[in-house]
Amino acid sequence: MTAVTSSPATASSITLTSGQLPRWIEPVLAVGTAAVVAAVLLVLQLFNPAVWLVLTAVFYLLAIGIGAGIVEGRRKAVDRVVRGLVVCAFILAVAPLISTLWTVVAQGLKVLTWDFVTKVGGSVFDPNTLAVTNTPGALQAVVGTLIITGIAAVISVPIGILAAVYLTEYAQPSNPMRRVITFLVDVMTGIPSIVAGLFAFSLFALIVGPKAFSGFSASIALCVLMIPIVIRSTEEMIRLVPNELREASLALGVPRATTIIKVVLRTAASGIVTGVVLAVARVVGETAPIFIAASFTDNFNADPFSGPMQTLPVMAYTSWAFPGKDIEASQAQAWGAALLLVIVVVIFNLIARIVAKAFAPKSR
Amino acid sequence: MTDVAQTGGATAAPTDKLVGKRRAGDGFFLGLSTTAAASIMVILAGVAIFLILKGLPAITANWETNHDLAGYQNKNWGSFWNYVAPLLWGSLWSSLIALVLGAPVAIGIALFISHYAPRKLAGPLAYVVDLLAAVPSIVFGLWGVIVMRPFLTPLAQFLNEYLGWIPLFRGPVSSTGSTMLAGGVVLAVMILPIITALTREIFLQTPRLNEEAALALGATRWEMIRLAVFPYARSGMISAILLGLGRALGETMAIALIISPSILFSFAVLTDGYNSQTIAGNIANNFPIATDMQRSALIGTGLMLFVVSLAVNMLARGIIGRSTNRTRKAPKIGKRA
Repeated sequence: MTAVTSSPATASSITLTSGQLPRWIEPVLAVGTAAVVAAVLLVLQLFNPAVWLVLTAVFYLLAIGIGAGIVEGRRKAVDRVVRGLVVCAFILAVAPLISTLWTVVAQGLKVLTWDFVTKVGGSVFDPNTLAVTNTPGALQAVVGTLIITGIAAVISVPIGILAAVYLTEYAQPSNPMRRVITFLVDVMTGIPSIVAGLFAFSLFALIVGPKAFSGFSASIALCVLMIPIVIRSTEEMIRLVPNELREASLALGVPRATTIIKVVLRTAASGIVTGVVLAVARVVGETAPIFIAASFTDNFNADPFSGPMQTLPVMAYTSWAFPGKDIEASQAQAWGAALLLVIVVVIFNLIARIVAKAFAPKSR
Repeated sequence: MTDVAQTGGATAAPTDKLVGKRRAGDGFFLGLSTTAAASIMVILAGVAIFLILKGLPAITANWETNHDLAGYQNKNWGSFWNYVAPLLWGSLWSSLIALVLGAPVAIGIALFISHYAPRKLAGPLAYVVDLLAAVPSIVFGLWGVIVMRPFLTPLAQFLNEYLGWIPLFRGPVSSTGSTMLAGGVVLAVMILPIITALTREIFLQTPRLNEEAALALGATRWEMIRLAVFPYARSGMISAILLGLGRALGETMAIALIISPSILFSFAVLTDGYNSQTIAGNIANNFPIATDMQRSALIGTGLMLFVVSLAVNMLARGIIGRSTNRTRKAPKIGKRA
């Protein structure tokens, strides 16, 4: 009896619904905080985009945390604060990306003209007037980049694709060689790029002698970095080819090798090409290995087998780190080379996307 | 019976007929792809062998008496190990700073993409982060020099003024900003994409049932992540961070451009000249002007970098390998229960 009489009393103190903030609270509060912080900073004349963003984030997180803590309870408050933190993390990553691209474009456009791409740059010393004239130009670096990356691709792509074929089509999962090679490919993706450059230099120093700098040596260094990337992406693409296609081909009496070339690789072709182009885009921006293996020069050198060769990333580095007499001009050269390099990378990425879109298998 | 034996040939057993003739092209292609796969081992072994061959003269040389090595970089080292130890410390220290700054942000981004962002936006957002990986390191280096250095200088002064009693933040504060802090921040930006990409993959593989079970018990989204996602992804997160460490260890150009260091053991992150130098940065700065013996010393330091990053990568892959073996078995248990 006493239990029955006491139950209505407890029921009235427990509510089944808890306080809840409206759904729109988070975006509205974020915008509100941003506006208030901006207003305060402008009044105090301390406005600075970075300070503004940081203060907005801090005040937003405090406000949502305390507000939700009062209305909704501790657990919900923590949830909302974490959501805010996670969004902040994303913005924190996008900010340097935008800032970097903006800086490169803004600085690079000052020097990037058609002449910059088509003329060999450098400084010329005139003994009569004792004046050093700087001509902006990056043709030597553009040519060097294309030659070195091209040779690297020609060597790495067949090796990478064939190795991927071996790993996916021939070797059984239990095959110890497959397990070892898969592991080594993983490890190889982590080789520091400068070590690849030192390897190529050591190799050619032992073969050719102390003056071992050459474009071909740099290509070998890039191969060390490129082969594992090609293997990884090709493997992934071959795995996507449905087994029925292989079985159908083999059942018709087509030899194994022909099945792989004409059915498996043919089906995966667009994906493989995309992977290869992305791998090229990755190594084209490598600075350290080329700097070690091919050194640097201001002269035009299109022969990959003799003498130092200039490339865009190395030009950007050396013009900045070892400037000539006219520091401004050297730094402008560096930015021009950097912007050209970014453009090259963007072009390769676009090609990869177009290939992936245009030549994707049209089934299903 | 006799007919079969005759057509099958005197030597071959009748069952051999089903196997058929081996085609020359088949064997050739198999040989070709096996060779390509085996070349991976050759290349990796080659990297180690040639670095050892070229680096050994300096590693074994007497650094007191050798003409090129005595007083190299204005210091008497005594031996190769005395030379490489502070450099190795610099590499580890800068990578550690990058990890401390970068890893939490990277994991936050991965969570945002996998569990917070609207499904439709997840793909494009992931692509934006992957774009960070596409930017060449030299561009980040130049950006660090002209944007990040001045940007961080006020912060450095603030930290030194109020927290200067911690050895980490001791002065004198660099006026140019060529500090370990700036280098670490740029390194952190550069290792973001790799850690994000790997942890995102693992977060997405969390069994849906575990997540839904947590939500059904009334967990908020963050509690669900803590209860279901993190325990599942722990080993993957650790190996992703280790792979990020491996990337940071080998990063050259950003460090070479931004930090103005000297070869010593130092915790300081706000000074220039009293920072530690990294192996990669040291090679980039000194390789072009080095003599043959000095190059050998630099290649020796490169060999040490190779060994350390190989160890870090193997450790990371080992952890991933163990966790994928475990998760492959997990669904079976789930089905039975």
